[in-house]
Amino acid sequence: MLDDFLVRAVLAGFGLSLATGPLGAFVVWRRMAYFGDATAHAAILGVALALIFSLPISLGTLIVALAMAGAISWMMAQGQSPDSGLGVLSFGALATGLVAISFVPNVRVDLSAYLFGDILTVTRSDLLVIWGGAGLVAAVIAWRWSKLLLSTLSADLAAASGVNPHRESLVITVAIALVVAVSLKVVGALLVSAMLIIPATAARRVSSSPVQMVIAAVLVSWAASGTGLWASLKLDTPAGPSIIVAAALIFVLTTGYRTIRTPSA
Amino acid sequence: MTLIKAKDLTVRHGAHLVLDQVNISVAPGEIVTIVGPNGSGKTSLLRALLGLTPSKGKVTRKAGLVVGYVPQKLALDPTLPLPVRSFLNLPTSHTSQQVADMLDRVGVPGIEARQIAALSGGQLQRVLLARALLEKPDILILDEPTQGLDQMGEAGFYRLIEDVRRDTGVAVLMVSHDLHVVMSASDRVICLNGHICCEGKPHVVQNAPEYRALFGHGTQGALALYQHAHDHDHDCGHDHGHDHHHAHDTAPDEVEHAG
Repeated sequence: MLDDFLVRAVLAGFGLSLATGPLGAFVVWRRMAYFGDATAHAAILGVALALIFSLPISLGTLIVALAMAGAISWMMAQGQSPDSGLGVLSFGALATGLVAISFVPNVRVDLSAYLFGDILTVTRSDLLVIWGGAGLVAAVIAWRWSKLLLSTLSADLAAASGVNPHRESLVITVAIALVVAVSLKVVGALLVSAMLIIPATAARRVSSSPVQMVIAAVLVSWAASGTGLWASLKLDTPAGPSIIVAAALIFVLTTGYRTIRTPSA
Repeated sequence: MTLIKAKDLTVRHGAHLVLDQVNISVAPGEIVTIVGPNGSGKTSLLRALLGLTPSKGKVTRKAGLVVGYVPQKLALDPTLPLPVRSFLNLPTSHTSQQVADMLDRVGVPGIEARQIAALSGGQLQRVLLARALLEKPDILILDEPTQGLDQMGEAGFYRLIEDVRRDTGVAVLMVSHDLHVVMSASDRVICLNGHICCEGKPHVVQNAPEYRALFGHGTQGALALYQHAHDHDHDCGHDHGHDHHHAHDTAPDEVEHAG
């Protein structure tokens, strides 16, 4: 069954959703959308370094994404404006990565695969990396759920209850870097944060508790992966962007649902 | 035996000295109220005791002290759907019976399924209190818990605090900008303005010259207090290290002078 490229693609999308659902909810709650973007853009630099030093791509992207996440966290702790600072780091890393890739000797690199993903060429070992990384992220979020949620709600309430909000921030930061590294193959560096934000935002409109929102976000991601891949096959469109388009359409649908249900809102 | 104790607690915000060598301690079962004008460092003192703000000096807590913190307000991001039940189970889970009993206890029964964002100010304060109490704290720390409540709501909330203390023996450390509404509920009042101006039993502090210097004379009734609170001068707060040579019209042994 795993011989079929389409089955592997669906499995890749479903596996990634296990992490992007819950992590995306935290990214939305903590207003870290740009943080996710910057970390993902840095992944291109990771790809370049991995190619230059002949490392596995996901290892290269993980290292650079972690470094980027660390740099942003440090910058924000220094009280820099996160908005413009993130912009500098984000596009600086993306452009440096694009330039660096052009220096990679003797390799004709298909850049669009890293920018927009290449889910239809996912191999068995890619699946292992995706499910391993996504499973780890989902497990850590489940394990630290109430600490993460309390720190997100109020750093003061967390600290007064003996929960270190800085440690919980770090958990989210590392999780974002990990998800970026494993999702590069699926949706690509430019659309990773879309996979985090759109399903969670769509889920918000039909949820009345944090757990519901996480579950709904995973379901939206699954639906988007399935629909996007199907459309990509039928219409011969690029797979990664098609998945995001499907997610965006679901967002429009849930918004409509919410509007019909609460006409005054 | 004290639950929490601070020695020479000093807090700066940049170059501004917010708290200058404050000594404070709370004993089990005691209700201590900190009063002071705006900007007198009340909230900073609570935050320093909770370890939420960097400070100099020494804060000692009883080993294994459980603190129930009730913040001034809760800034809830609209992207986070949060029913009362979920909020009360952070960070530890409780049975639905425990949650129901506690909501009943604080006077807002049956609102488990309501969204936190949809609660009124008074309901939110009681839910915040319920969350703190569910952790079975040794001490409750409340930061202006009745901000935004009307006078009836305020009186009701402080009565609830008194009842909870009577039933559970929890110690209470709270901040108020308004002494007379917390008078009856407090065992001890600390008058703060950057440093501790005076402390003692409520009726003693109310008549202490240091308190009057901050809040004005004639502290009878809300209106008088209100008027004076807006035109007082801060003499008391900025001559730290002075000796108090005031003529006391109250029993001097009940007023502890700091400074």
